This record gives sequence, structure tokens and C-alpha cells, in this order.
Amino acid sequence: MRRLLVVILFFVLLLGAWEWIVRMKIWSPVLVPSPVSVYHYIVGAIQDGTLIRATWVTMRRLLIGYALGLVFGLPLGLLTARFKFCEDTLGVIALGFQTLPSVCWVPLALLWFGQTEAAMLFVVIMGTLWSVIIATDNGVRTVPPIYARAARTMGSKRLHTWVKVIVPASLPFIVSGMKQGWAFAWRSLMAAEIYVTILTGFGLGSLLNYGRELQAMDQVIGIMLVIIVIGLLADKILFSPWERFLYRRWGTEKS
Amino acid sequence: MMAIQDELRNVAPEKLVVDGVSKWFRMRRVSVHALDNVSLHIREGEFVCLVGPSGCGKSTLLNIIAGLEKPDRGQVMADGKPVTGPGRERMMMFQESALFPWLNVMDNVLFGLKLKPNLTRHERVEVARYYLKLVGLSKFVHANVHELSGGMKQRVALARCLAPNPRVLLMDEPFGALDAITREQLYGDIQEIWKQRRKTIVFVTHNVREAVCLGDRVVLFSPHPGRIQEKFEIGLPRPRDINSVDLAKYSTEITRALKRHLKPGLMEVAE
Repeated sequence: MRRLLVVILFFVLLLGAWEWIVRMKIWSPVLVPSPVSVYHYIVGAIQDGTLIRATWVTMRRLLIGYALGLVFGLPLGLLTARFKFCEDTLGVIALGFQTLPSVCWVPLALLWFGQTEAAMLFVVIMGTLWSVIIATDNGVRTVPPIYARAARTMGSKRLHTWVKVIVPASLPFIVSGMKQGWAFAWRSLMAAEIYVTILTGFGLGSLLNYGRELQAMDQVIGIMLVIIVIGLLADKILFSPWERFLYRRWGTEKS
Repeated sequence: MMAIQDELRNVAPEKLVVDGVSKWFRMRRVSVHALDNVSLHIREGEFVCLVGPSGCGKSTLLNIIAGLEKPDRGQVMADGKPVTGPGRERMMMFQESALFPWLNVMDNVLFGLKLKPNLTRHERVEVARYYLKLVGLSKFVHANVHELSGGMKQRVALARCLAPNPRVLLMDEPFGALDAITREQLYGDIQEIWKQRRKTIVFVTHNVREAVCLGDRVVLFSPHPGRIQEKFEIGLPRPRDINSVDLAKYSTEITRALKRHLKPGLMEVAE
């Protein structure tokens, strides 16, 4: 309870300081808008629907791309861990592409797919895929061999051992890979949306960029706040349940 | 005529027959001769302890009996049939508990039962509860693995091994990582369960006293290459107390034999 009060007090003071600096008129209000005008922008944008639509467009790209990245990444990671041949081919590619900042896929995606939804999805998938492959591969390799041995003496065979033992045993690694994939996908999508206009839908990144073009600083800061909130919510909704499960079962520390 | 000869010779098929088993481990530079022509006959319901210093191949032999590893020469027969792979009828227990951390206690015990055909969900749960009660963990059915102490983990592992009702239990230093008091409790429990459930048990340890306390027979191995040196029948009444004087006599004798077979410089054996 005391901690909560401290947090609330801190943010109230922060907002107060912000408002006070604006009133001092040290900088032009075009560059430093007041918290009140940012609030007005957010409320207005929610009421006229632009913010809701933009959020929906962005989240749809992100979730579909992320889901596809997982759907391909998990099995491919299992393959690279299981077969030497896959490790030496796909594994090397994954390792290389993982070091490539995923924004660097944007120019290629634009040339291949044009200014379309497909280009956006492609960027998100590339952000997710490689880190999921590598995390899964890593997770499987660190599973203590004794688990598989114990399972085999109980009559577990190949596929059953993989599905019921190897994959759940590597969950801590897989979840942290999923988190990293999410972070990469989110960052690269924002960059792509700022960078290119896709006519089928204006995402949060586009709104942010229009804010700059219109010199509407209240819009810029407002959208930035929305992006922060979405990031926090995604962490809570997508990953907290997994982390709670890992914490309960493995006794690992909550991050 | 031949048939009658066979009839006369084969009185009753032994539960486990290890017949001339040899095993090498080939590594990049060296080849380790782990087992050299080891033969051992184990009767139904017998409790056999394999003792020896580290590197004598006793764990390797256990893995071969389990079917987790293949011998380079010789073979293992279980109930008269050659062992070709792991199977439910020979359950293995390891030094570390090898419990699955993503499952709770109940689901760990259910793991092997789910692989056993012709059981309803309800029956499986009943069986799992029975064995968890047998090892004294009725209250921890829904606990997570990391919440248990080392001794409790090994009890769950024991329940998990017993649940599919194997005829043979293979135990690889199952109490090696536990403290002395927990270990003594488990000596009592394992003897009780062995008596009650009539299992054949092959138990690997480097602790001579432990072997004498538990085994009908103690088989002494010597290393480099792994060979059987001597076999000792332990004629003590059960249940046995590990601190009794009679037991100490046996373990002194076996320890002496152990030291005799060790080459100088290999005295790393625990009492």
C-alpha cells in the first residue's frame, strides 16, 4: 500500500513538474506541449476513432505476424536441435539473421511486396522467427538427458518423448525466446510504420509520423504514450501467465 | 534325449540373466573398457546389490539391463527373452530424481501410467494415489517438484517407478545424494516395499554398508576393466538395521575384499 502511494505521488509530481515547466514558457509550446493538451489529443483521437483504428491495424499486423513467426519458429528450432543437417544449414542462417536488426528487412520487404500488408507481416515475421528458432534450439540442447532416459524406461517413444518431455522441459528457454521475438517484432513494426505508408491501413507508427509532419507535438507524445501502454499490456497479457506457470513449477525467479 | 537334458538343466528360468556382457566406450582418443565378460544370474524376487569403486562399470551394467544401452558383446535376458530396448517391466531409478519439473507430483507419477494401456483415467489416479501413500506422500499430491526436499523427491521417483507395477526395479545410487538420516529412513521403506510388492531389485551403490543392509546378495566389481570379483550371500534376517554389529561384520569383510582387488593408488572408495 505504501509502495503504491509512493508510485502515485511520483507520477503526480512528474506531471506537475511537466505542467509547471510549460507554464514557465522556457520552450515554445509547439515543442513542449502541456500534459493537458496531450490528454485532450488522446481523448479526441479515441472519440473520433482514429486512435482505435490505428491501434487495431497495428495490433492485427503484430499478432498475425508474431503468431506465424511462432508457428514456423518452434518446429524449425526443434529440427535444428534434433538433426545435425538442419543445425549446419538452417541453424547457421538463423544465427546470422538473428544478429541482423529486423528493421533492416524493411527495404527488402518493400521491394518484394510493395507498399502492402504483406510487407508489414514479413517484417514482423522476420523479427520473430530467428530468435524463436534459436531459443527453442538452445532450450532443447540444455534439457538434461536424464529426463529423456527416465521417460524411455517408462515406455515413452520418439514422438511422445518429444512432445511430452523435450518440449515442456525447454519451456523456460522457449518463453524467453518468445519474449525476445515479441520485442524485436514490435520494434521493427513501429520502424516500418514510421518509414512507409501502407494505404490499406494507418497504424500507430503512421499516426506518429503524421504528428511530426503536422508539427503536432501533442499527437507525437500522445501516440508514444499509447505505444508504451500497449507494450506493457502485451507483457502482462501474453507473457505473465507463462512466467507465473514457470515460477510455480520450476521455482524460477519472476523477471 | 536332448530335450530331456534341457529339461533337467533348466530348472526354472531366471528373472534376469546377464550373459558374457562386454562394453567399450570409444572416445576421440581413448577407448575405455567398461565391462569385461560379465555374467550374472538374478532370481525372481531377489535383491542384488552391485558394489564397486567408480569406473567399475556397475552403472553401465544397470543401463544395459534397462535396455538404455547396448552391450558390445554378450546379451541380457529378462524372463528368458533378450533385452532389446527399455521397457515398462524393468523400471529405472536414478541418482538425481529425474522428476519432471513441469508436472506436479501427481502428474509425475501418472506419466508412466498414462503409457500403460487398458486403464481408465480414474484407475490411473487411484493407482498413483496408492503408491504415493505407500511412500508416505499422500499430503503432497499436488505439490510442485521444486517444493520438495531431496528425500521427498526420491520418494516420488520411487512411486513413479512402482506405479506401472514393473517386476524389476533397477536403482542407480538412488540415495547417493541424500543426507544420512533421510537415507536410513529410506532403507527401511525400500525393504518394506520390496517385501510387500515382491519385486526383483538390482541396486547399484558404492556404499558397502548400504549394500549389505539391503541386498540378499552383494556383487563386488573391480575397475579397469569392469569385472565381477566376488559375490557375497548376506544371510542376515530382515528388516535390517544399518547400524547393527552383525551387519558391520559383513561390510568389513567386503570392504577388505574390495581393497584387496584394488590396485594401489585407486583407494577412492567410500566405506
